[in-house]
Amino acid sequence: MLITDRERLRDDVLAVAELTGNNRASLIPILREVKRKYRGIDNYAMQLIADVLGIHPVEVDAVATFYAFVQPRTEGRFVFRLCRTFSCELAGKESVAKQLERDLGIAFGETTTDGSFTLEWANCMGMCDQGPAMLVNEEVYTRLTPDSVHEIVKEYRNRSERFSSQAAQVSRPAPSPRLIAECDS
Amino acid sequence: MSTSATITTTTNDLTFASVTPGEGLAAALALSRGDIIDLVRDSRLKGRGGAGFPTGVKWNFAAAETRSPKYLICNADEGEPGTFKDRLILSEFADLVMEGMTIGARAIGASLGLIYLRAEYGYLRDHLSEVITRREETGLLGKAVGGLEGFDFTIMVAMGAGAYVCGEETALIESLEGFRGEPRNRPPFPVVSGFLNRPSVINNVETLAWVPCILAKGVDWFRSCGTENSTGHKLFSISGDCERPGVYEFPFGITVGELLRQVGGQDAKAVQIGGASGRCVPRSEFERRLAFEDIPTGGSVIVVGPGRDMLALAHNLLHFFADESCGQCTPCRLGNGKLLEGVEMLREGTCSVEYLNELKGLANTMQVASKCGLGQTSSVAFLSILEHFGGEIHAR
Repeated sequence: MLITDRERLRDDVLAVAELTGNNRASLIPILREVKRKYRGIDNYAMQLIADVLGIHPVEVDAVATFYAFVQPRTEGRFVFRLCRTFSCELAGKESVAKQLERDLGIAFGETTTDGSFTLEWANCMGMCDQGPAMLVNEEVYTRLTPDSVHEIVKEYRNRSERFSSQAAQVSRPAPSPRLIAECDS
Repeated sequence: MSTSATITTTTNDLTFASVTPGEGLAAALALSRGDIIDLVRDSRLKGRGGAGFPTGVKWNFAAAETRSPKYLICNADEGEPGTFKDRLILSEFADLVMEGMTIGARAIGASLGLIYLRAEYGYLRDHLSEVITRREETGLLGKAVGGLEGFDFTIMVAMGAGAYVCGEETALIESLEGFRGEPRNRPPFPVVSGFLNRPSVINNVETLAWVPCILAKGVDWFRSCGTENSTGHKLFSISGDCERPGVYEFPFGITVGELLRQVGGQDAKAVQIGGASGRCVPRSEFERRLAFEDIPTGGSVIVVGPGRDMLALAHNLLHFFADESCGQCTPCRLGNGKLLEGVEMLREGTCSVEYLNELKGLANTMQVASKCGLGQTSSVAFLSILEHFGGEIHAR
């Protein structure tokens, strides 16, 4: 991790701690924010969070590994969570699951090599009357069919590509006018 | 295709839609704290999350505590499989829930309310924050709530991070405090020592939404429906093999059969009531009543149609528990894994009768030896499926 990345991470952690209080109760809000922004919580991040909250890093690890939505492993930009609980099973989640695996090219529990998508199972997400249901990050999709998930995956592929091309532009900034002027002289 | 556009929940006529917002709170603020508690106790309102503890009694315990600050926590960690009524209430009647929280806070003397919202309902967070802001701007939250000098109360939303066990109130507190969601020993109960070791009341979303209705319409109105021990109406989350799944309000005491007629699920072979931790009710028991004194439930009803494999139901539910056990106590951590393995053997036809009997013994041990409700109830569905559908299961 670059030193600038580490500084950015520290700023983000401190910003949440500022908002929710510099105490243990801020741990889950901080973990949620780090996971949302960095898509994973690595050892450095855990030590940093522990330092900010004045607790042992293993405490941070213990909490992060306990909750499904703040698992330390790095996940894709878009996390697809298909509900596997009984109502969604009755509604036909199995064929939707197969279609998702085919369209994303990965099995459940895996992340695409380009870091765009992760496919996971979720336990009951409270959409039992309109299953099969799925969350993509915080968006919920209901009454899924193999056809409709195909379209949803397509939509997210477009979003992911737009995101990547924007990120590429940001990482290669155009030289500022002042720099050019200096070069000219 | 995205979030709000696809969520369309079928309902029948809900009382919550007919109550004038603010009426219940206005009535409560005109009463003394003791009178509010007496009124809720007289209504015999019981916790709508499933455990059925009398709300007025809980409030009275917390009110009697002299330590402060006190906390009023709304349990919006609706994780029980097949339950989604709280999702509907939070989406459409968030004001009623916050009114109920405010009334509860007044009654027990709390100055801060927390809504513990499950991570899976993250898309509701902005909506709840907007409702909180609006209530603050109109003087229904903040300093001198409703113009009552000395009554300050604010509400914050705290997010869960994906753990079924956090619906258990002491695990919920652990999570709020930034720990793993592992249930605590009780006593002390949260009303004595809860969030940050201060007196805390934890009520279900639906329970809190009923409170302003009772204040607005009166105790007699509430008690005129339901049964002697289960007063009032209840919201049921109905899913599975029926024509009209959705959220339905029925009086307590309705029979399983009548409920199935209302939603178009008459030909059901069985009904899983109370979610994964509930029991499987076969057709022969469809005349039984949904009430705390007969079949208690938090409102989850999953209709299992004819032709469905009951062992697939048991398999799905045990997989859920093996995944969601917090791992703190041995009977639950290892027991659910063993039961899951047993069901897999049954599905493959490799489970002997002797081993099945051992599994039943293990299930009973888990019920008496587990620390919290998760391990105590996780085998209920499995045992009731074996009891009622043994023929179907042994034949493979």
